[in-house]
This record gives sequence, C-alpha cells and structure tokens, in this order.
Amino acid sequence: MHEQELIPHLFRTEYRKIISVLVKLFGIEHIEIAEDIVSDTFLQAAETWGQKGLPQNPTAWLYTVSKNKTKDLLKHNAIFNKKIAVEIKHTQASFEEIEIDLSNKNINDSQLQMIFAICHPCITTESQIGLALNILCGFGAEEIADAFLSNRESIYKRLQRAKEKLKTEKINIELPIESEINNRLETVLTTMYLLFNEGYYSESQNVTLRKDLCLEAMRLTLLLSENEGTNIPQVNALLSLMCFHASRFEARLNQNGEIILYEDQDEKLWSRELIEKGEYYLNKASSGNKLSKYHLEAAIAFWHTNKTDTKEKWENILQLYNKLLVLEYSPVAALNRTYGLSKANSSEEAIIEAEKLGLKENHLYHSLLAELYKTIDTVKALEHLKTALKFSKTTSDKILLRKKIKLIEEKKK
Amino acid sequence: MKDFLLLFRRDGSADTNTQMSPEQIQAMMKPWQDWMGGIAAQNKLVSPGNRLEAAGKVVKPNNVITNGPYVETKEAVGGYIIIKAASLEEAAEISKGCPILQMGGNVEVRTILPMN
Repeated sequence: MHEQELIPHLFRTEYRKIISVLVKLFGIEHIEIAEDIVSDTFLQAAETWGQKGLPQNPTAWLYTVSKNKTKDLLKHNAIFNKKIAVEIKHTQASFEEIEIDLSNKNINDSQLQMIFAICHPCITTESQIGLALNILCGFGAEEIADAFLSNRESIYKRLQRAKEKLKTEKINIELPIESEINNRLETVLTTMYLLFNEGYYSESQNVTLRKDLCLEAMRLTLLLSENEGTNIPQVNALLSLMCFHASRFEARLNQNGEIILYEDQDEKLWSRELIEKGEYYLNKASSGNKLSKYHLEAAIAFWHTNKTDTKEKWENILQLYNKLLVLEYSPVAALNRTYGLSKANSSEEAIIEAEKLGLKENHLYHSLLAELYKTIDTVKALEHLKTALKFSKTTSDKILLRKKIKLIEEKKK
Repeated sequence: MKDFLLLFRRDGSADTNTQMSPEQIQAMMKPWQDWMGGIAAQNKLVSPGNRLEAAGKVVKPNNVITNGPYVETKEAVGGYIIIKAASLEEAAEISKGCPILQMGGNVEVRTILPMN
C-alpha cells in the first residue's frame, strides 16, 4: 500500500478497534476521553511517521501508543483518575498494572458489543447510522454530512445528542442476553442495511466515499457473521445481499458519479469474486426456518447476477417480490414487482396493476409506466417520462430522464 | 381505511380425490401469489391469512361432534385474508381478481368492526 494511503486505511480499520476496547474499559460515559486518546494517537502517528518513516508494524505501533496514552492519562489527569480509575479498579488488580487488552479476541468482542451499544433502540435509526459511521467507521462529521447531503453542524449536533442519550441511559458495552439477542439483532441489521444503502443509493457525488460506506457496512456485518452468538441466517442473508449489490459497484456509476442503469451496465465489470461470496453467504443463510426480507432481497439480487432474460428468472423474481411485499410493503418493492410482472406475465397486465399502486406523485412510478408503454404506445411513454421529470428531485435522475426523452423523440422523427 | 375479511368459499366435496403433480400445484399457486402480491403492492394487505384443509369438525351443544362442515353446506370455507380498503365497494372490487372465482368458488367480503 502507498504510504499516503496507509494512515487513512489504518484509521478506517483500527480506529473502531481501539475505541471499542477503550470504551469497553472506561464505560460509555467516558466515550469522549476514548475518542481523544485515539485521535491523539493518529495525530502522533502522522507526525512521527512523516518525520522518521514508517515503523515496522504500524498497527502494533498504534496499539502501544494508545496504551501508553491511556496510562499517562490515568496517572496525570486528576479528573480522569478519580472518575475512571475507581471504576476500573474494581476489575483490575492495581492501576499501575492496568491491562489494556488489545488482543484479537478482546478487540473482536469489544467491537461487537460496541455495535450493539450504538444500535440501541433508545436512539433513532438516523442517529444509529450516524454514530456507527462516526465511531465504528471513523468518519468525521464532515464526511457524514457529505454522505447524507446535510451540513456539518447539524450532523455534529445529532452525534452529540445521540452520545448524550447513550450516557444518560447508561448503556453497557456488552452483548444482549441470549433471549434478547435476536430482537436486538434486528435493529442492528436494519442499521447495517441502511448504512449500506446510504452508500449505494446516496446522492453524494463522492464516489470513493460512497464505496467506503458500503465496504464498512459489509465489514461490520461480516463481524456479526463471524461471531458464534450473532451468526444467524438473517445476518448471512444480509451479507449475501450486500455482496451481490457490491459486485456491480464498478459497473453502475460513471466517472461523474451518475447512475448507469442495470440494462446498460458492462457485465465484464461485475465482480465475479463478490458474486461468488454472495452465493456462499446465501447458502449459509438457508438454514433455519425464518424467511426474512434479507433472504428475499438477496434471492432477488442473485437472479440479477445473470443478465440473460429467461421465463424462469422473471417468474422467480416476481414471486420473490410477491413474498417480499406480503412481508413488508415499500413503494420501491411495489414498483419493482410490477416491472417483474411485465416480464413474467405481460406489459398489459403490468400497466393495469401499476395504475392501482397509488404512487402517482412518485417519479419512479412514471419512469416505470414509460418503460411499460415503450413498445405499446410511445406517445404515452413520452408523457410519463415528462411527468417523471417534473417529479424528480435529483440532478442525476433529471439527466437520465432527459436522455430517455431525447431518445424517444429522435426515434419518432 | 377499514379492514375487511375476505372469506374464500368453494365446493368442499370437489377437491378431495384428485392427486396433483408438483407442476400442477405450482400452476395453481401462481394466480394466488400474483393476486396477493398485487394487493400487497397497493399496501392494502393487512394479513395474508391462512388456507384451510377441507377436513374439519363441527362442535354442537350436548357433546355432539360431527365431521364437516362440508357435509351440510356445499360451500366450505377454504381460506381467508384480511385487506384494507376505503369502502366495502372497493374491497369487493379487489375481490373480483380472486382466483377462487375461476374454480367455481366465491368470495364473501365482510367489514371488520373496529375494537372500540
């Protein structure tokens, strides 16, 4: 890896590990102290490595320095001393010998526990995603604001409020008890799912940042899959879904961050490796008897890993969408189901069904109808594209729709 | 929006003997899946309900238990779902697409009384 890339990379991978171990040790009420220690450590790394060159083992260096900084604080900071040392002392023999356990096992355990603490139902889903990005992925308020298309100030406030809430609720850094784990995992999975989608469907022009968001969501979900207590079929189904979607990452955006539609994507750019991983986790997800929405979405994504249209493919996709909608309604699933219906049954039937959806102010609804009318009635197709343009909000959607309108108008001449 | 119970009735004595192939079963399922998926796509499916086996018992006063209920009524309940709709008329309109109608059955549409 290039030297300039090393610190950002380590920041992504090591920040959450060290901070999880420290917060676990200090308790959530001292999360800021843990954040300061880790930030200081990385600052020192940037300065020292810049002057003296890279240490032999940069990760070990980070661990040693953050350990020493913690010990220094314990010795010299009176407030920290009084508040935390007392608490730590309960579990530690003496405080000169305080053990900051940065072993693989403790890192993994602490990270998992940290995920559960952050995805606690006492804070809103929005805040959970923000905190997950901030604490577990090392994203600053600036980057989070960029991904959410928000401003730094309001993101910063949101993060502060969420941290305060976790403190006042005295959330422990621990795994939920076994009888609660499935329930709590549901919240965790929702956050991971949204975190991934945030990157995948974000309007942000920053392509690298968006990819990073997806990769981080995948890393965290992988952690859940690798841990015995949290390795349930839903986790693997979600991971499978993420792999299938991520396999198209290189093919679905152009240089300007504009969407390239599935139909127009270059299949050679799809990652075989990620598709295979997706299949692997989908197999792993097939144990147990609960069919979650992640199972259904992963299965739909699986059928999309092959562009060839067959009757079997679209019949399967249609039935999966039928099941998904019975399980949980969403407008996007309703629209996609109707597209599947046109492929499996007929465009005529799909048009009748589409009109019942009650989504007439949704630009995707009109894009869908334009697609369905494309071969039946170009005048209607054009009308719907223009209505879609009226309701679309983002620049990339407008660009896409204008292209389609131009295409039909040129054909008519 | 109100909730409506859709009761599917069919001739209980008709479908007991013929053994169907997996392909036939699949072909029979599709209209149901498409119809229910269509209701769900309108966000009007409250509960996918249940399908009922033909066999059942009817319990009457004085310890009388009979096999049934199809012995007495030709139209046995074969299943039910719960939907939501703006009116009884809309609920009936939605029921027009029910595959049971192609099988000689009918749909009974009933408004569910709210609990309070």
